[in-house]
Amino acid sequence: MATEAEGLSFHPMDQFVVKPLFGDGPISWYTPTNATLWMGLTLLAIVALLVFGTRGRAIIPNRVQSIAEMLYGMIHKMVEDVTGKDGLKYFPFVMTLFCFILFANYLGLLPKSFSTTSQIAVTAVLAVMVFVGVTVLGFVKNGTHFLGLFWVKSAPLALRPVLAVIELISYFVRPVSHSIRLAGNIMAGHAVMKVFAAFGAMLLISPVIGIVVTPLSILGIVGVYALEIMVAIIQAYVFTILTCVYLKDALHPSH
Amino acid sequence: MEQLGQYLGAGLACIGMAGAAIGVGNVAGNYLSGALRNPSAAASQTATLFIGMAFAEALGIFSFLVALLLLFAV
Repeated sequence: MATEAEGLSFHPMDQFVVKPLFGDGPISWYTPTNATLWMGLTLLAIVALLVFGTRGRAIIPNRVQSIAEMLYGMIHKMVEDVTGKDGLKYFPFVMTLFCFILFANYLGLLPKSFSTTSQIAVTAVLAVMVFVGVTVLGFVKNGTHFLGLFWVKSAPLALRPVLAVIELISYFVRPVSHSIRLAGNIMAGHAVMKVFAAFGAMLLISPVIGIVVTPLSILGIVGVYALEIMVAIIQAYVFTILTCVYLKDALHPSH
Repeated sequence: MEQLGQYLGAGLACIGMAGAAIGVGNVAGNYLSGALRNPSAAASQTATLFIGMAFAEALGIFSFLVALLLLFAV
């Protein structure tokens, strides 16, 4: 996978290594790492857009304020459409999730940066948070009626135990697929970019092959980068909309 | 020899992505054909489109993950 050139041998997965910012000692929970740095920058970017961008509160918004308003309006509408009016109570949580994932994805696309959402540890925390929160909410709101989610009333009686097992499995797979979908997408995209980058150095190794391969791979990087810009927003959208769907299941468990 | 098995397995696991590609294409194509028949109902179904795509795609990501695990974690 790595290139054969002497000075250029790097691995496509090197970019996902968490390392300490200062020195290279062992990592404990308090060590500031590159993940810490880029998560902090993510928060700063969100604050810059949503707090400082809307500070003017102009009736006719400027560009930054209208972007912030569009973001707010989009998520607000999504929560309302998917979970209904009573789901709007949980809108701040969903908005936080969306902003964090979106900005982490976009900051991860900067050259030399570290994409925090490519770490399964980060996305798993988000997904498990949603999973536990939604399950607790379901039991608090509906009591034992929440178990009706697994007991499909519309199916024939003989089929219901089978469906209950399937529903139960699919319920517990939710946090797994929820987290791996985001981390896997981001990781795959960034790794593909690095693989193309490795082929881009072909011109240094052999000019004959390189004259064909290098322009093609640079074109490939541009294409994959464009795709990644799309994937960044789609994955943030998918993560939040699935959160909304799970929230709807918890609030109205009857199928 | 052991490494050969890892690489073969990782390559085979990537066949699973073809299934995900077919699935996602199916979802998008059916959405488009439905949307062209009834454009007024299309806008309200984009959320469903993305959810369907996400579910179909997750399984492809799982096979990618298996490939990665074989390469780096075994």
